[in-house]
Amino acid sequence: MKVLIMDEAKTGRIVKVAGPVVVAEGMAGARMYDVVRVGALNLIGEIVELHGDRASIQVYEDTSGIGPGEPVVDTRAPLSVELGPGLIESIYDGIQRPLDSLVEAEGEFMSRGSAMPGLNREKKWKFKPTVNDGARVEPGDIIGEVQETKLLVHKILVPPEVRGTIQKISEGDYTVEETVAVCVTEDGTEHPLTLMQKWPVRNPRPIAKRFAPNQGLVTGQRVIDTFFPLTKGGTACVPGPFGTGKTVVQHQLAKWVDADVVVYVGCGERGNEMTDVLTEFPELKDPRSGEPLMQRSVLIANTSNMPVAAREASVYTGITIAEYFRDMGLVVALMADSTSRWAEAMREISTRLEEMPAEEGYPAYLAARIAAFYERAGRVKCAGNPEREGALSIIGAVSPPGGDLSDSVVQATLHVVKVFWSLKGELAYQRHFPAIDWLTSYSFYKQYLKEFFEDKEKGLEMQAMNVEAMRLLEQESELLEIVRLVGAEALSPQDRVSLETARSIREDFLHQNAFHEIDTYTSMEKQYEMLKTVLHFHKQALAAVQSGVETAEIFKLPVREEIARAKYVPQEQVAAVAKVRDTIDEQIKQLQSSAVSQR
Amino acid sequence: MLAIKEYQTVADIAGPLMLVEMVDQAKYGHIVDIELGDGSIRHGQILQVENDKVLVQVFEGTNGIDVNRSTVRFLARPLEFGLSPDILGRVFTGLGLPNDDGPAIIPDKRLDINGKPINPYARDYPNEFIQTGISTIDGLNPIVRGQKLPVFSGSGLPHDNITAQLARQATVLGKGQAFAVVFAAMGITFEAAQFFIDDLHDTGAIERAVMFINLANDPAIERIATPRFALTAAEYLAYDLDMHVLVILNDMTNYCEALREISAARKEVPGRRGYPGYLYTDLATVYERAGRIKGKKGSITMVPVLTMPEDDKTHPVPDLTGYITEGQIILSRPLHRQGVAPPVDCLPSLSRLKDKGIGEGKTREDHADLYNQLYAAYARGKECQELATIMGEAALSDEDHKYMKFANEFEDRYVSQDYYENRSVEETLNLGWELLSMFENVELKRIDIKLIEKYMPKFRKDKPAAEKKEPGSEQQGPKKAEEPADKSGAEPEKPATAEQPEQQEGSEDSEPSKQQAETEPPEQPKESDQPEAEDDAKSDDNQKGTD
Repeated sequence: MKVLIMDEAKTGRIVKVAGPVVVAEGMAGARMYDVVRVGALNLIGEIVELHGDRASIQVYEDTSGIGPGEPVVDTRAPLSVELGPGLIESIYDGIQRPLDSLVEAEGEFMSRGSAMPGLNREKKWKFKPTVNDGARVEPGDIIGEVQETKLLVHKILVPPEVRGTIQKISEGDYTVEETVAVCVTEDGTEHPLTLMQKWPVRNPRPIAKRFAPNQGLVTGQRVIDTFFPLTKGGTACVPGPFGTGKTVVQHQLAKWVDADVVVYVGCGERGNEMTDVLTEFPELKDPRSGEPLMQRSVLIANTSNMPVAAREASVYTGITIAEYFRDMGLVVALMADSTSRWAEAMREISTRLEEMPAEEGYPAYLAARIAAFYERAGRVKCAGNPEREGALSIIGAVSPPGGDLSDSVVQATLHVVKVFWSLKGELAYQRHFPAIDWLTSYSFYKQYLKEFFEDKEKGLEMQAMNVEAMRLLEQESELLEIVRLVGAEALSPQDRVSLETARSIREDFLHQNAFHEIDTYTSMEKQYEMLKTVLHFHKQALAAVQSGVETAEIFKLPVREEIARAKYVPQEQVAAVAKVRDTIDEQIKQLQSSAVSQR
Repeated sequence: MLAIKEYQTVADIAGPLMLVEMVDQAKYGHIVDIELGDGSIRHGQILQVENDKVLVQVFEGTNGIDVNRSTVRFLARPLEFGLSPDILGRVFTGLGLPNDDGPAIIPDKRLDINGKPINPYARDYPNEFIQTGISTIDGLNPIVRGQKLPVFSGSGLPHDNITAQLARQATVLGKGQAFAVVFAAMGITFEAAQFFIDDLHDTGAIERAVMFINLANDPAIERIATPRFALTAAEYLAYDLDMHVLVILNDMTNYCEALREISAARKEVPGRRGYPGYLYTDLATVYERAGRIKGKKGSITMVPVLTMPEDDKTHPVPDLTGYITEGQIILSRPLHRQGVAPPVDCLPSLSRLKDKGIGEGKTREDHADLYNQLYAAYARGKECQELATIMGEAALSDEDHKYMKFANEFEDRYVSQDYYENRSVEETLNLGWELLSMFENVELKRIDIKLIEKYMPKFRKDKPAAEKKEPGSEQQGPKKAEEPADKSGAEPEKPATAEQPEQQEGSEDSEPSKQQAETEPPEQPKESDQPEAEDDAKSDDNQKGTD
């Protein structure tokens, strides 16, 4: 191997400063995407362009007060995150600096040039080996575990590119930097293994094999689970104008999604929203385990007033952490709110680099970057032994200007995602939440809806009900058009029943109150019962109309109150929802018999 | 600290920008003084440095600057504002220079006007209710300390009166804490600014106010710095002097236009409508300075005002603002024309943090249910108003009539109030109950029955007596009279007939309410329809049966 001037810190000097972009000379030998320290303030930056020995650098911190002549030091390493115990319950900025520790160290306002490591260096973790000395290991193999929180067993993995024989592995309390074992490679080199490993954020972590994402990911949100479901390893996007509840949808998913780990990336959004998450998550209980939701969450907060380049990096930081947990064989969900801010950060950097713009000033590589990001999702066979399956789902919010879906970011996202939850302003103004428009949204994972249930029969039934309910909603929009033109008198009794059922689907099923204690989460079981009840009423009502009962009589049956209240029935009493169907039968029968007797 | 250096090497001047050459040690973001040939001084800030070439934006504009005789002095510091408690009661220019007859400020400390972002972890959640005395805000869109709530207005709408009223009346219930107003005028007219200043004088609030005035005829580029001066002052008052600060920024549209001017002069790739692509980020660095910090007593609450060109909410300025702020108060031109003052358009207005600041111990237990109900009823009433304009009032059902009447009264009495009327939140809430008393309990589906029983009776006092005269008749009246008695006894739960949920919630849907009334004719009492009156009685029976 040729020995170059390896690992010697290269120092160049600044020649130009324009906003977040700095150009430095004397950087020969630097590599693309190497992290550099810029200027006397030691700001963190990343090389994004090289021309001879001139390097363009995007700086993750405010560049005020930086000028030509100041030094730039190449760290010879790409932007990486630290992966290991301590990630859970953390809150990081866009480049994995722990915000809680920064408050303690530097005060309430963000200062510049601080270099706080992502993982706590002092804390000791109890490490339990799962392999013995002499074991042959490959990249990705599990060598032990740490109980990180009550909800999460953190598996310790052999880092990528290390293979050999394990030696000196032992149980005990370790910090993330202490050696827990040594891996001796074939040529005799010793690799000390620690609880922590690093990975460059812009590269996907290696996997063994990818599968189709065909297992349901339950979110407890009725309109999502029943109509536009998401799967483990699937991708979804939520576009909508401001005030339509993108963030509430994201928060709801972060709270209730059936995942082992949730990574929430607040990318260029409001500071107070992150505070909301920070105050609420530790208090909320996971519906399955009863433990605080914070015990499975990692938060990344790069609010809109924090430096724009770090915003660009924040989604990569988030997804790399998410991939790491996936590699342990866990189900991970990543929420990015909002990817539009990420795209805008790309645009800003691109403008400063004086690149030729494509649509709306966005760089030409916008679509490629978005696609590559979403492709990091998936259900996979993890690299290494023992054999295990992990999944990473991505849910990205998009904030199109003026709510216009022809926006470049929305279009580039729709090219790659399989689920589209379209938020509509009108629904939000009517306070119909979640304001997901049932007519324009779609999910390619609908075909897997039957897999959401253990009981095959039920799954198939659910799928059939889904089709029927969607048909009714479609029909409603057509019927309303007729009503608008010629008035409701023109409708046949059957059509009136359909119209009424569609309304019932909207109001009693799709409408869900995120702030109601019970309504905020609905199990699959309850969703099935609720929809079945609504549709049962439809069927019975049609039958009643057939036997000559006035539609008006049917619509004021008291049982409809019970249908409407089904959403507030606690999970333990799901059977009560099923019982409503008996009441329906009873009351319809009464109507029918009185109709007959009147005749 | 770097030495101050002077250069006479101005190379290019174009628009608000100036290129200076052969400069040593210039730093990005630092400020310069420019001495013209006639000895006058202008101020500028470094936008870009490349080797020895420095691009400077000149706040006062480049009129009259020449290439040969101008001297540029590099001050080697960022744009700073000298602060001391003496700033209270003072008026400054848009660049932070005293603009009244008062003495110069002797600063206790100097702060970079760009501030630093608040660490999200250090933020405290805004949850203290601010009483503004304006019903549409207190009752429907409550504002809390540390919130940023813009007023979306238009040319010719009375946003000045509203912001003046806010500055005059905003208080926190039951607390006598130090309160201050920071007002930043950006490109507004002399009249508008003077109106505000006079108003503060009249109420004596001027002593607790700091003002930054950049009028319409002042240099446009200066406006870029104005809100930052104002917020630096606000941060000092809030976090150093423990005051609760209300910041009013008027008008942000002018600010954005100044930003666009610079961007165009730099030949940057424009985004929508020529505004720079970084408009969102730039606005965020202004708006996100509102908030509360854990462990600090003070807070910054922000009310930016912006005029929407052509009342278009999707224009980049209101659009991007809406994505950053926590809701918006939208003014309505039709309401203004009708003489409703303040003409707040309640339906699209929103305060995202309202739920955090209200309820028992903060305002009153019935607040949340009440605004939901008022909202729903008003939305329904508005639809009926529209329907009436299209199809004529005759086309409305009785129920629609009732809702329309409600909407009209709501606009006349609840929305409309004097700019000098300061309603307590109690008064606002009671007014809400009073207006709702035209509905039967059973129609008030969004309010917990317990709350109805507690708060409603006193607003119904005279009604039962009057209505008992004609029991069982087909009028709406009797039903009203029966309901309270019925419900309180037999139905502890929220009462609603089977079809009423649909009816009620239908009001929020886009379907014309006419159609609702006709697809389900029997559910509401109708005086004209004999058979339906019977139905009505039956439905009551059914209710009792199921409960």
